[in-house]
Amino acid sequence: MHNFTPIASLLGGMLIGLSASAILLPNGRIAGISGIMAGVLKPVRGDALWRSCFLGGLFAGGLLLRVILPQAFDFGIVRPLPMLIIAGLLVGFGTRLGSGCTSGHGVCGISRLSPRSLVATITFIATGALVVLILNHLMGNSL
Amino acid sequence: MKPLLTSFFSGMVLAMGLGVSGMTRPVKVIGFLDFFGEWDASLALVMVGAIAVYFVAYRLSTKMPSPLLTPDFALTKRSDVDAKLILGAAIFGAGWGLGGFSPGPALTSLASGALPVFIFVVAMGIGMYVHTWATEFGRTGSGLAIAPAKSTQDA
Repeated sequence: MHNFTPIASLLGGMLIGLSASAILLPNGRIAGISGIMAGVLKPVRGDALWRSCFLGGLFAGGLLLRVILPQAFDFGIVRPLPMLIIAGLLVGFGTRLGSGCTSGHGVCGISRLSPRSLVATITFIATGALVVLILNHLMGNSL
Repeated sequence: MKPLLTSFFSGMVLAMGLGVSGMTRPVKVIGFLDFFGEWDASLALVMVGAIAVYFVAYRLSTKMPSPLLTPDFALTKRSDVDAKLILGAAIFGAGWGLGGFSPGPALTSLASGALPVFIFVVAMGIGMYVHTWATEFGRTGSGLAIAPAKSTQDA
């Protein structure tokens, strides 16, 4: 495990938890990123503006990262474009059908001890691992 | 106005957290999902850190009569595990392993200006629209009738 970054990942994780708390306690909302994005793509009156502000903050934070932590965008692995397009379609469709992604289920839902989120999180880690197993090992693609 | 500022602030802090934790880098995500290779457990610690903080915030929220800035908590009460949940999570996971991006890191990484990220995000948006169309088609049988607007809520 030579890539293991326990301290940075734990600290970053706490920031992610802080971010989700900063939506929950003042605004009473769940910080599910796929749901927030879907709510901007299909806006409902009175419920789209805060989502846009959140995404704006996410982008502004990304710009800040470029300055203070440029290695955050040292992707390491960039899959070929056709693969990325299929991946994007699956992530978009799957997160809506399953009502959430890593943030909504993996962080917010598990913290609430929601059985739905626990099942969803185990499921998406399992299929993700299966795809990586097939791509990186069975197909000999050492990406 | 204030809830919009907290939303913006929350988005910014999320971007920082994703960047610091390494989750904007597909190599870290794919490394975690690679249980049969050189496994990188970092993502597990990201979840531990995030859940530790949010668990406390959630407990606190259950003792509050209302959020600090808005009238009501809009949290799902669902606890049923259905086929849609499992199938959706399975499809999302497959895309996650394929690309190495989940929605938060992908949207944050748009700021990098990298074209592959932009293409991934556009495909992700199309995937969300396809779900909306499929749902409305299933409900109306024509796909033409406009379903009543319903707010999107995760988890």
